[in-house]
Amino acid sequence: MSDHKTPHPEEQRLLAGDPETTGHSWDGIKEFNNPLPRWWLWTFYATIVWGIAYTVMYPAWPLINGATPGILGFSTRANVAADIERFDAMNADIRTRLTEVELAAITLDAHPDLYNYAIQGGAAVFATWCSQCHGAGAAGVQAAGYPNLLDDDWLWGGTVDEIHFTISHGIRNADDPDARYSEMPAFGDLLGDADIAAVVQYLRNVSGQAADVTLAAAGEAVYLENCAACHLDDGAGDRFLGAPNLTDAIWLYGGSEAAIEHSVRFARFGVMPPWSAQASSAGRLSEDQLRAVSIYVHSLGGGE
Amino acid sequence: MLDYVKLLILGLVAVCAAIAANYARDLAYLVHALLIMGAAAITFVIVLRSADEPKAPVPANEYMDGPVRAAAIATAFWGVVGFLAGTFIAFQLAYPVLNFDWAQGYLNFGRLRPLHTSAVIFAFGGNALLAASFYIVQRTSAVRLWGGNTAWFVFWGYQLFIVMAATGYILGSTQGQEYAEPEWLTDLWLTIVWVAFLAVFLGTLIKRKEPHIYVANWFLLSFIVTVAMLHVVNNLQIPVSLFGSRSVTVMSGVQNAMTQWWYGHNAVGFFLTAGFLGMMYYFIPKQAERPVYSYKLSIIHFWALIFLYIWAGPHHLHYTALPDWASTLGMVFSIVLWMPSWGGMINGLMTLSGAWDKLRTDPVLRMMVTSVAFYGMSTFEGPMMSIRAVNSLSHYTDWTIGHVHSGALGWNGMITFGMLYYLFPKLWNKQRLYSLRAVSWHYWLATIGIVLYAASMWVTGIMEGLMWREVDAQGFLVNSFADTVAAKFPMYVVRGLGGVLYLAGALIMAWNLYMTVRKGVVRRDAPLVAPAE
Repeated sequence: MSDHKTPHPEEQRLLAGDPETTGHSWDGIKEFNNPLPRWWLWTFYATIVWGIAYTVMYPAWPLINGATPGILGFSTRANVAADIERFDAMNADIRTRLTEVELAAITLDAHPDLYNYAIQGGAAVFATWCSQCHGAGAAGVQAAGYPNLLDDDWLWGGTVDEIHFTISHGIRNADDPDARYSEMPAFGDLLGDADIAAVVQYLRNVSGQAADVTLAAAGEAVYLENCAACHLDDGAGDRFLGAPNLTDAIWLYGGSEAAIEHSVRFARFGVMPPWSAQASSAGRLSEDQLRAVSIYVHSLGGGE
Repeated sequence: MLDYVKLLILGLVAVCAAIAANYARDLAYLVHALLIMGAAAITFVIVLRSADEPKAPVPANEYMDGPVRAAAIATAFWGVVGFLAGTFIAFQLAYPVLNFDWAQGYLNFGRLRPLHTSAVIFAFGGNALLAASFYIVQRTSAVRLWGGNTAWFVFWGYQLFIVMAATGYILGSTQGQEYAEPEWLTDLWLTIVWVAFLAVFLGTLIKRKEPHIYVANWFLLSFIVTVAMLHVVNNLQIPVSLFGSRSVTVMSGVQNAMTQWWYGHNAVGFFLTAGFLGMMYYFIPKQAERPVYSYKLSIIHFWALIFLYIWAGPHHLHYTALPDWASTLGMVFSIVLWMPSWGGMINGLMTLSGAWDKLRTDPVLRMMVTSVAFYGMSTFEGPMMSIRAVNSLSHYTDWTIGHVHSGALGWNGMITFGMLYYLFPKLWNKQRLYSLRAVSWHYWLATIGIVLYAASMWVTGIMEGLMWREVDAQGFLVNSFADTVAAKFPMYVVRGLGGVLYLAGALIMAWNLYMTVRKGVVRRDAPLVAPAE
């Protein structure tokens, strides 16, 4: 392909009434000698004047040790601090009383102001810190190990005091010596395949699901030998150990044969960080926030 | 003799790259070393085959359009790739299931997002700027490109940079700085290519035959020089190992953040604004066949733009660890920047005075004018969003994404499409485009796509900002983050559809350009005087 010859001008033609040009031409392109549009120039000047005035009023020009503070005394950090202080002052009294009144006594009838504050504040704490695992609506994530907080099935207890203890110290963490703690063994190391298959059918049976009854009958002995110590003889679970109830339709990791077998073989348990200021180095939640979110969770439907 | 020096260097590079590949500490580095080895080996063979052969004389009176043609094709190609990636990740956000389990760690959103941004900005936009620079500087200087085959080195070197960057993202090699994600090895390579680019451009300008430098070249030169400075300073990194892709940044904390957004904002300012204004200043007067509206305006707005833009970066860091004074200055410079930005819009639009009727018949010109209109809108929206109070609502929301895309799709995309439609018939010596109707289809698909994109992002951005800041009477936050994510879903689908339309338009363009080259009518200029019988 042959390239274009240099130069290759296609001179622009001017129309009658066109303003004068600068007289230059590049590859045929000409330029008019029009003045700057007035509105453009004056708007430009106006923004410059405004800019200078703004830098006088707000922190702006860097000096050797710091910067000009601006005559309005503006500071984003001070503004945030003032906002927080305003709300803190407004809520100081109610927050103090929230930590003083016995937790179980804070009900709508006995202390409507405390209760309503706790529900509002608890919802905000929940949305900020808890919803990542338990979901914005507190329904957890089904069969993925994030418990639903709306039902009345509790692993570690559903009274407001028990909820408060669980939130404060967390579950299976190394940060808080009082954390709720228990670990199910991985029975894949302890039981043969036949025993595992049998106990899975037994669990399907006691939870009211379709099961192979012959195998299930064989599984009962395996269950009583290996599982009943924590989940109890009737399978109702033990909240002292955080052992789930196995007879209801609620399954933390799913109730299918495959899911149950996986749980038996490898053992599964979740963790939760401690949220109290004392327990965690991050100092996450103050006592009034802990109490508020406990009351909020207690109010969601399954509180005891 | 020179051929043997080249062979020696290329051979050494290939061997060193092979050694580096052998000792590679991570997959991305291994792939990069192999890419460099392959590129050096291929170039070695090409040089070897022509060594000691008689060289064809360089036609000094002809423009060097080979690299322009290559860059024009690459622009269309990378454009389609980049738009496809963008549309796909838009749907990944709407439907997370598209982050396929089998592709985790390679094709999930986090890996594809920088692939998309770099593909559209640096691959699509960068090749468009290469094509524009090489084409414009020759025409407006009336000389052939300086430096012989250096322009070819710039083109192929830049494509190698693109491939290295893209493979790096997929394989998880990133320094985590937006629009500056490539690691040190890729950065060093781009630096070499960019210096060569600057040399070709400056060399051509210096040997120009016109007494004055055309305004488009001021913008293009400022783009090349400033991007070199930005790239080097923001990529001051120390490699962890000579044989690994990881590196550690020299600056840390808020200094690093400030440098990053000084870079990031001026990537917008000089890559996507100054460079594309250079494009606009040549192709609009050409397509409209009318003189530039005001020479005075072009001088004033050029100098004001490049002086002011460089200080506006801190507005990306309002309400962060950045001190208030820096934040104020970033905001003030951004607002003063408003009129200098609009100077380009005025000059572009007013160049049509006396030719407005052409908009009815020329969809290419319509594309260019629409791009200038989007430029004007974005350069108003930008200063507005830099105002601290507005930014407290808009920052971190999808409004920012909408703003970027009304600029990128509207301004950069449309002016580039206009340029390609202008260039292809010229470069392949055809009378005209294969189909003007297809250009019209492209125009409307792209325009409707942008409107869907920008409008949905405004809605979702403002909604998100309002939801995040909503507190009740006692000062408690009302919404969880997940609530805002759930609320955005319908707008995410609309945004994805906007992307589909825009991509469809680009595919029509690629087809049209291909058909122009394959089937277009060859241009034959009528002789000036009738030949003697």
